[in-house]
Amino acid sequence: MSFLLTAVLVLGLTGLLLGLVLYAVSRKFKVEEDPRVGQITELLPGANCGGCGFPGCAAFAEACVKSESMDGLKCSVCKSEVMQQIAAITGHAVEVGVAKVAVVRCAGSCTNRPRINSYDGAKSCAAAALMNGGETGCFFGCLGCGDCVRACKFDAIHMNPETGIPVVEQDKCTACGACAKACPRMIIELRNKNKLDRRVFVSCVNKDKGPVAKKACSVACIGCGKCVKVCPFEAITLDSNLAYIDFEKCRLCRKCVDECPQHTIQAVNFPPRKMASPSESQQQVPATENSVEQLKAEI
Amino acid sequence: MNTFKIGGVHPEPNKLSAGKKIETLALPNQAVFPLSQHIGAPAVPCVQKGDQVLVGTRIADAGGFMSSPIHSSVSGKVSKIDSVVDASGFRKPAIFIDVDGDEWEPDIDRTDTLALLCTLSREEILDRIRNAGVVGMGGACFPTHVKLSPPKDCKIDVLIVNAVECEPYLTSDHMLMLEHSDEIIVGVRILLKVLGIDRAVIGIEENKADAIQLMQSKTSMVSGIEIMPLKMKYPQGGEKQLIEAVTGRQVPPPPALPANVGCVVQNVGTVFAVYEAVQKKKPLIERIVTVTGKSVKNPCNLKVRLGTPVSQLIEYAGGMPEDTGKLISGGPMMGRPLLDDKAPVVKGTSGILMIPEADAVRCAERNCIRCAKCVQACPMGLEPYLLATASEAGDWATAEENWIMSCIECGCCQSTCPSRRPLLDWVRLAKNRVGGIIRARNAKK
Repeated sequence: MSFLLTAVLVLGLTGLLLGLVLYAVSRKFKVEEDPRVGQITELLPGANCGGCGFPGCAAFAEACVKSESMDGLKCSVCKSEVMQQIAAITGHAVEVGVAKVAVVRCAGSCTNRPRINSYDGAKSCAAAALMNGGETGCFFGCLGCGDCVRACKFDAIHMNPETGIPVVEQDKCTACGACAKACPRMIIELRNKNKLDRRVFVSCVNKDKGPVAKKACSVACIGCGKCVKVCPFEAITLDSNLAYIDFEKCRLCRKCVDECPQHTIQAVNFPPRKMASPSESQQQVPATENSVEQLKAEI
Repeated sequence: MNTFKIGGVHPEPNKLSAGKKIETLALPNQAVFPLSQHIGAPAVPCVQKGDQVLVGTRIADAGGFMSSPIHSSVSGKVSKIDSVVDASGFRKPAIFIDVDGDEWEPDIDRTDTLALLCTLSREEILDRIRNAGVVGMGGACFPTHVKLSPPKDCKIDVLIVNAVECEPYLTSDHMLMLEHSDEIIVGVRILLKVLGIDRAVIGIEENKADAIQLMQSKTSMVSGIEIMPLKMKYPQGGEKQLIEAVTGRQVPPPPALPANVGCVVQNVGTVFAVYEAVQKKKPLIERIVTVTGKSVKNPCNLKVRLGTPVSQLIEYAGGMPEDTGKLISGGPMMGRPLLDDKAPVVKGTSGILMIPEADAVRCAERNCIRCAKCVQACPMGLEPYLLATASEAGDWATAEENWIMSCIECGCCQSTCPSRRPLLDWVRLAKNRVGGIIRARNAKK
């Protein structure tokens, strides 16, 4: 019986002693953490995607608390309400950003852009981009090895097995920019989400001269400049045989879409078009008075 | 017999075109000259559309010290300056010349007589080499005049001539030695004069017994030039491997150069080009190309004018075999796959290789089993499995810590991997990224 008692006593006393030591140490070396860091970290999505430029959500939260203002601090994943909540915690003002979404600017599917070679090296776009111009005659388009898919922390971008081109799920996309960074050909761009998720963009990044681009891909931008002329808002620029639509200036009138001989300019999430009537275009274009009049005059 | 100590592999030699005499290929209809045929800054065109040029006319100037001029290998009219998909697999700017006839620049000596005497000074010789656009003919295309001007604090004591030709299939250097041994010896003596030293070693692998014998008999009367037969092992033609095999010295990791251990290495093809540039005033406008492959009808060694489309070489060798799966510029280990046969022959094209479909297809990749065969095979003493995994994970810091910049991209690791992992692809990617990081860091300093 006494054995039992001794054992219990010895263990109990040791435990008590160590407990006291731990208590003393924790009091002595206590790390004072700003409670706001924890609060902000809880608001953040916790994906540690790195879209903000910090190593993870906790680091971003710490930066928010430490910095003087919220300039340059933006969690691209959070909605603007969450950013405002964070700003309320830190006591700084925050600018309300425009919602963005990743857009894949290549339509070079197997049918549009026939394969003239095959690549069987490491399954990585970055490695393939170093090797040579790629499997098709287009040296600018999607390589199809899926670096963007692997880079996405939100399961928002997937390869379409039929076309071999990645597709962005706009509801899941948080515009963190990881895919755009991972793409060695810089095909993916973050563009404004706009009302009703409507977007108009040039779905090509080929800078080759017209005939070369056209030979490689049936929907390549040939740099004809028709869209530049037709755009009433001067939103389209032509640089080294490639048209680009500035999403800040674009008013989604879709004139360029109809004009493009290569069908390179894509309009997504628009309702199917009926016969264009002035009243309809007026509805669709949330434009200034001046430009609507301009449009009317042209139609 | 000497060889380098660590790593290396023994691929099938497959020297199908060995012993085939060098034949001269007919002139092309149009010659194309990419402006970046060498390491360093691209050349700058000095002709315009519509200009008439002769064989040997300079058509592009060097774009800096680390660059090289380009000369026309044909006579005719500049039809355009446009872009072309060259052997690198990318579209690059190039000069197109429509060929009419074969008119040479008047001051080029076209005779075959051996010009033994060289009375020029060191600077004059270097000038001729630079102006003739001579670059390393082994494939790397490093401007030769840069290599011949080592840093002042390095004391050079030996010139090593690389006649190893360890790449399987290729025989162009072998045949060059058999047919132009005298010119090569004169070339070596010119290089010795430039470097101001009196010892040269010509390293030849033992499978080229006839070349070793011939060179030995020719150099027996010449003091200072030694022929060193070497044991067969790939990649003995690598600069650092050859230095170790010949002298036993090890070149420290980059940024150290071979000059830091007192060596300058020149390919035997380069030596011949130096002879022609200095003694005959002939710029680098043609080279020997091996056209070969297991199913090729007539594997051959061709003397080709630069700028000739690869398709013309293939036609001469009996056309592209139907079972061709891969068309490679260079050898099977270090060569680059060509996207099509329209690419022009450039200064670094040592061979055109057609690999049958069955051999060309890579097997499906499996997981690394940590067998360390790649570590054993690496001639630089690196750990390719580790570098490849780091690269796959985007961990450039680990790659840099493990000496990725020392990799010579010889492909030994990939060829020994039992899991068929694309080790070299990953290592190349990491090397590219780490190189960028280092350059950015140096620029900041």
